[in-house]
Amino acid sequence: MTQVITCINCPVGCRMTVLLSDDGEFLSVTGNTCPRGASYARQECTLPKRVITAVIPVEGSRTPLSVKTSCPIPKAMIYQIMGKLSTLHLHTPVTSGQVIVRDILQTGADIIATRSIP
Amino acid sequence: MTIRNVDVLVIGAGPAGLAAAIAVREAGIQSLLVIDREKEPGGILRQCIHNGFGLHRFQEELTGPEYAQRDIDKAHELNIPIECSTMVLSVSAGRCVTCVSAAHGLQCIQAKAVILAMGCRERPRGALCTPGTRCAGIYSAGTAQRFVNLEGYMPGKRVVILGSGDIGLIMARRMTLQGAKVLACVEIMPFSSGLNRNIVQCLQDYGIPLLLSHTVTDIQGLNRLEGITVSEVDENRNPVPGTEKHFDCDTLLLSCGLIPENELSLGAGVILSSATSGAVVDETFETSVPGIFACGNVLHVHDLVDHVSEESYKAGLSAAAFVQDRQADCLYFSVRDGSGVRGTVPQKIHRNVNAPVTLMFRPAGVYRNSSVVVECGKTELCRKKAMIFTPGEMSLITLKPDMLTSLESDTLTVRIERN
Amino acid sequence: MKTKSDVLVIGAGITGCAVARELSGYNASVIVLEKENDLAEGATKANSGIVHAGYDAVPGSRKAVYNVRGASMYPDLCASLGLPYQQCGALVIALNEQDRQTVEMLRDRGEKNGVPGLRILEHNELLTLEPVMNPQVVCALYVPTSALISPYETAYAMADHAALNGVSFIFNQTVLSVQRNPDGLFSVRTPSGEYLSRVLVNCAGTSGALLHNQLSADKLEMVYRRGQYYLLDHEKKLPFTHTVFQCPSAMGKGVLVTPTVHGNLLLGPTAEDIDDPMDTATTAEGLQEVFRKAALTWPGISIRTNITNFSGVRAHLTTDDFIIGPCSDCPGFFEAIGIESPGLSSAPAIAKDLASMIADELGLQTKEKMIPYTVPALAFRDMSAEEKARAVARDPAYGNIVCRCETVTEAEIRAAIRRPVGARTIDGVKRRTRAGMGRCQGGFCLPRVADILSEETRIPLLEIKKGNGNSFILSGTVESFLKRGADCDDSEC
Repeated sequence: MTQVITCINCPVGCRMTVLLSDDGEFLSVTGNTCPRGASYARQECTLPKRVITAVIPVEGSRTPLSVKTSCPIPKAMIYQIMGKLSTLHLHTPVTSGQVIVRDILQTGADIIATRSIP
Repeated sequence: MTIRNVDVLVIGAGPAGLAAAIAVREAGIQSLLVIDREKEPGGILRQCIHNGFGLHRFQEELTGPEYAQRDIDKAHELNIPIECSTMVLSVSAGRCVTCVSAAHGLQCIQAKAVILAMGCRERPRGALCTPGTRCAGIYSAGTAQRFVNLEGYMPGKRVVILGSGDIGLIMARRMTLQGAKVLACVEIMPFSSGLNRNIVQCLQDYGIPLLLSHTVTDIQGLNRLEGITVSEVDENRNPVPGTEKHFDCDTLLLSCGLIPENELSLGAGVILSSATSGAVVDETFETSVPGIFACGNVLHVHDLVDHVSEESYKAGLSAAAFVQDRQADCLYFSVRDGSGVRGTVPQKIHRNVNAPVTLMFRPAGVYRNSSVVVECGKTELCRKKAMIFTPGEMSLITLKPDMLTSLESDTLTVRIERN
Repeated sequence: MKTKSDVLVIGAGITGCAVARELSGYNASVIVLEKENDLAEGATKANSGIVHAGYDAVPGSRKAVYNVRGASMYPDLCASLGLPYQQCGALVIALNEQDRQTVEMLRDRGEKNGVPGLRILEHNELLTLEPVMNPQVVCALYVPTSALISPYETAYAMADHAALNGVSFIFNQTVLSVQRNPDGLFSVRTPSGEYLSRVLVNCAGTSGALLHNQLSADKLEMVYRRGQYYLLDHEKKLPFTHTVFQCPSAMGKGVLVTPTVHGNLLLGPTAEDIDDPMDTATTAEGLQEVFRKAALTWPGISIRTNITNFSGVRAHLTTDDFIIGPCSDCPGFFEAIGIESPGLSSAPAIAKDLASMIADELGLQTKEKMIPYTVPALAFRDMSAEEKARAVARDPAYGNIVCRCETVTEAEIRAAIRRPVGARTIDGVKRRTRAGMGRCQGGFCLPRVADILSEETRIPLLEIKKGNGNSFILSGTVESFLKRGADCDDSEC
């Protein structure tokens, strides 16, 4: 099984072909021009992860709260996490850096406020 | 009208203005004021809630508000006064800045040095001359970003994005994550001016098609946008008849380029470059008007805020030096764009410069396996290889002072050469 | 719901507003019904903004008579309403010897129509006046009395003055049916009810023939003629200081290049006959045509500073002249139909005549005293430094600049909403204050203008519109969208 992906490490944007075993295990990569490409390809084809950011409403504030995950979370869980965020009920004040949700959906990532709302 | 005097006045409290002000204060200037038209400092970063800022400067990935907060905190630490909700109405060549605010009324601030850090604005639909109706639902990507990230409102449900600049790509993801459906991102050029990372993480992750060499050729909807027509373009960017595709959408976001906001600069008599639409500056970031400096996106449009901060810090140091009367010689090299190069900044370099000078420019196209070369007549001063140059990424090359000694000609040329 | 009045005016464009203002000087109840949600939403907001001197219309035609009379009324009218009026003069250029004959013919016509000061200028003189003009120009008709105004601002001021003197303006009133009852009263049905009046006035613009044909056996045929434009940013020094016309054709005055009262440059219009009078879209072909034709006047044409493109639809009668006055076979029905160019120039004179005819018909008395129009405060951008300082001291809202490109303050936006016939939409604010009319086209100020509108009118932000119909600027809160996303099974929704 092969998968073609674009490297995101630099503007060259190498088109890399990744060879995977039938059970999805990383076997090899071609088309990369540097080792960073290879390690990105391995990660991206086995367990792609993303930092996600969003805004969520806060009672008592016109401006919504911007938040981020404290570390990349599995790409497949983005919508589940957004769904979870939509159920939160927040109140002022919030301080930048404050943990809004600890270990969201057992991903190991916290949801962190990225701005303060007094 | 209130009349005040300051040594250095910084116009704009975005990343450029804040970095410049911090430099001015660190250089020992006590009399310093920063003014900004928004209610809070931070500039456009306040609404850029995505991550990816600060990798060069802080070696970590911050969101826009977090990046801005670091500079705001630093400015507070240094007791730098920032007056917000204050709009500059004019800047004179004699550095008298007229501004107005509800809190202080009309003020005339006489400064020994002025740093222009007003940022840029987005190209609106009019600049594209896109035909069709003038309905609601057509916004610049930045306006939509403000609505979503700062106001908490969604401008639409079914979205097409015209232009694949980074703001457009980022908004494709923002709108999708916040619950809208993004149908396509349409780019008139055969390549995207956005970062690969954004194409992958903002479009591909969400299955949003990127239509290269396409543009919007009609806009429909009497009152609210109802649909658009997208056509393929030929190599001269003219629509190809018969290639029309229709999209039912209620929102069209435009991400078609940024224009430095230089109306105030023009009023002060600052000479602008037609390549950058920003001021012509020397390596100290001084414009053609003595004592007026420019930095950040008002000087030339950057893709990385890290570069904005670095450049603006240098501009701040120069403004401080100007006030402290450490003036440089007035003999210059002029810096010219050669083949493959657009909008090199600075456009002038003092002949007796004694610190390294970083030249910044935009490649005119995509060049693989090429080098950037700086020459003076037939003499090559320096050369830097890269696997790729693209218009989406600003290129930098640094000249050391010793490269600039005993040169015959007073013109430096920057060009890209295939290896 | 039934509403009765002495006079019912259909249409709140420049003609309807002018008629309403004239009628407000009489002791009569007057209602103006408008199908859109603001004044001046038809051709009044989308034309060249020129008070023509009157050399173009065929001598003896109503167009010629009303144009010359109307044009002579504008200087005083604008002064009394605090409106801009700039007599910049016009040139009708001849690009070859054949055009020279046309230019001479226009001069003769103009003189017959009573237009003062007409002269033919030759090549050298022209290039001194307008240095970037096509150097192939042979000669031109110089029209010193041609002037610039702001058409929609003129309509707003006239409507405000009318409203101050008791006229009601009712919006979103599409006429569903109209009839003259056996008792002589007119009955006009709209989605919100029935309006009864003794006199009905047709100022319905592109709907004028439709309205007429419902009440008269003498059917009219109207052609909808669209004109597309470019509007360029204002600059310290515009390339042209006069309104420059090319020689006219059967389709109209041709493509012109002109400054506007606000210091922008306007290029256009096209003249295309279209089927749908609401079709104010621009087209690639139309814009290319304007560019190509404007380049004949201005070979070095640059649209680099283009702010926006727009189009307006003129109400052209196949008889090629205005119809003004009582309808021949429907007593009490007064009309102003086919008010295309020079309709703006003619409007004050048309209104004067129609109002006096209506007063005669109803035996109306003039009011002893009209409430004078309060000229709005000078725009902040036009104030001197001292005036600006005083304005902010008096009202701190003058210190909040909302529109950066055109320097429009919060105080001015609030005032525009509080006018007698105030702004209710983003476009209404834009045209009354210029907020959003500049080079960024509202990119920065739209959210703020929407906030102020919502605050002043108590219309929830989500119901704020750009203009007419369903032109809502927002679709929902982030919260509602998040919930909507979470309730769906896949990412498709």
